[in-house]
Amino acid sequence: MKILVCISNVPDTTTRVRFVDNNKKLDTNGIQWVINPWDELSLTRALELKDDPANGIQTVAVAHVGLVSAEPTIRKALAIGADEAFRVNAEPGDAYFVAAQLAEVVKANPFDIIFCGIESSDYNNSAVGGMLAEFLGIPSVSSVSSINIMEGKPVLTREVDGGRETVAVPVPFVAIVQKGIAKEPRIASMRGIMTARTKPIKVLEPVSIEPLTSVQEFELPPARKKCTFVDPENPKQLIELLQNEAKVL
Amino acid sequence: MAVLVYTENWDGSFKKLSFELVSYGANLANMLGKPLVVLSIGNVASAELEKLGNYGARRILSLADPALQVFDSQAYTEAIAQVATREKAEVVVLSNNNLGKAVAPRLSVKLKAGLGAGISKLPLSTSPFVVYKRAFSGNAFAHVEIKTPVRILTLAQNSFGLVENPGTPSIETISVSIDSALVKTSVSEVQKQTGKLLLTDAEIVVSGGRGMKSPDNWGPLVELADLLGGATACSRPVSDEGWRPHEEHTGQTGKIIAPNLYIAVGISGATQHLAGVSSSKVIVAINTDKDAPIFEAAQYGIVGDAMKVLPKLVEAVKEIKHK
Ligand SMILES: Cc1cc2nc3c(=O)[nH]c(=O)nc-3n(C[C@H](O)[C@H](O)[C@H](O)COP(=O)(O)OP(=O)(O)OC[C@H]3O[C@@H](n4cnc5c(N)ncnc54)[C@H](O)[C@@H]3O)c2cc1C
Repeated sequence: MKILVCISNVPDTTTRVRFVDNNKKLDTNGIQWVINPWDELSLTRALELKDDPANGIQTVAVAHVGLVSAEPTIRKALAIGADEAFRVNAEPGDAYFVAAQLAEVVKANPFDIIFCGIESSDYNNSAVGGMLAEFLGIPSVSSVSSINIMEGKPVLTREVDGGRETVAVPVPFVAIVQKGIAKEPRIASMRGIMTARTKPIKVLEPVSIEPLTSVQEFELPPARKKCTFVDPENPKQLIELLQNEAKVL
Repeated sequence: MAVLVYTENWDGSFKKLSFELVSYGANLANMLGKPLVVLSIGNVASAELEKLGNYGARRILSLADPALQVFDSQAYTEAIAQVATREKAEVVVLSNNNLGKAVAPRLSVKLKAGLGAGISKLPLSTSPFVVYKRAFSGNAFAHVEIKTPVRILTLAQNSFGLVENPGTPSIETISVSIDSALVKTSVSEVQKQTGKLLLTDAEIVVSGGRGMKSPDNWGPLVELADLLGGATACSRPVSDEGWRPHEEHTGQTGKIIAPNLYIAVGISGATQHLAGVSSSKVIVAINTDKDAPIFEAAQYGIVGDAMKVLPKLVEAVKEIKHK
């Protein structure tokens, strides 16, 4: 079996974002770019599955839609342990555009299990995985919190509102993963970093697709009111404030 | 032309998020000057369906199909797409919950309809169609133009609220044609969290972090949540350690919630934690460290030891309840 992990290149999760160009663009000055946390966990789980020969995973590849500036993030994925990478050389227009490009990658290079994160921490659309599956006309399992291979077949746990289910679907399919899929992201070893330099990144040119949406502008959340402190010896005052001032009780 | 809202049910009953979706749909339909059509899938009694009428539903389509008994994202997409096409829906609204996140993107491709995910308000304008949504995990909001004549929206939970608009809806039983071969998902085990309030639906949430020190200290926190009719939550390290169940983990990598009141106890307020709770209307923080970043997000704070403050809060709430 072959696994593809789709990765998004996002600002580090502690970044205080700022915007430029009349709030139309992210100010990329000083931003540290990382693999989207979900994608890092997907990659970790894919590699864990490959570590056990009984699972019969031959390859773990990663795919990214983005410009050459994202290559350090792709190299990082290779250093963590991915065998090869695909990069579609285009500005990621919107989720629809990205999913359409990834679909072309998969059509030309078939995979059995395709991992996508449940969301990208920048645009929070929760969209690429489902869109990719629909473009390919294959099943998708969403909110996946565990995946194992049992007797050669993938078995997944998915979260549903108010519970969880154990499910199976035939390959190929898209697994849209969330918390639980792997505990801690795997980190690159020294050897991994060395070998990543020689691993292939296949650069593909995009197909012509019009995005369906565009960001007009960003805004920062409204400033929070200053905190009112309550005497720890008199928490009753807090309850009164919540009742009479904030009116939430 | 219409606004189509799909609302999920749990064993035949609706939850708050269903009523919120219908409230949103009714207001959006009004804004566009188009009728609202509400779709329900599964066996739901008419008395339950009629409850949607309290929030502005006047026409409800009820669909029960054997192919839709198990949740399969392809089959659900097919069913909702058929109804959307038949009703000439120009906007399809789903919840931004697990099911909505599974179906909406597929629907977007199937109908070639732009997706606005996790929106929290009515559109900022309808021509062009611009929606308001969270971005950068709550550190910003984006105005997103959807350029297609049909649009798919998913509504963030607890963002719009319930808007009563009572009336008696008509209920039509409808069918779709789904090839059972399309259903590829087989479910072998179901674990249900029965009777409990969904964390994402809760209006009051009491949440604990590493400052709770041990899994044995949660008694007063749970009691406070119960007394307030709220749900309990926790920070990531707490669920990673197994002190509390994973369903309670809030934040960037956990659940994203927007209750009216969020009480953070022994939580430092890391950006990744705030990413999941910053849309709460009021945040209260209890922390021994007066410089903890959580106080920057909080409207009310107590600098103090949770072990001492929580029991006093419980007493204070009991006293007020007695009155
Ligand atoms: C990619 C990524 C994703 C992440 N996602 C999430 C996420 O989804 N959710 C999340 O929560 N975290 C997430 N984190 C982790 C996050 O960075 C913080 O480490 C975490 O939120 C800290 O949890 P905490 O506040 O419970 O613990 P701590 O940071 O250890 O804070 C404990 C607090 O308790 C206070 N305290 C100690 N004793 C007491 C007492 N007796 N009474 C009252 N207060 C006391 C301390 O002053 C301190 O402020 C993520 C991190 C990364 C890198």
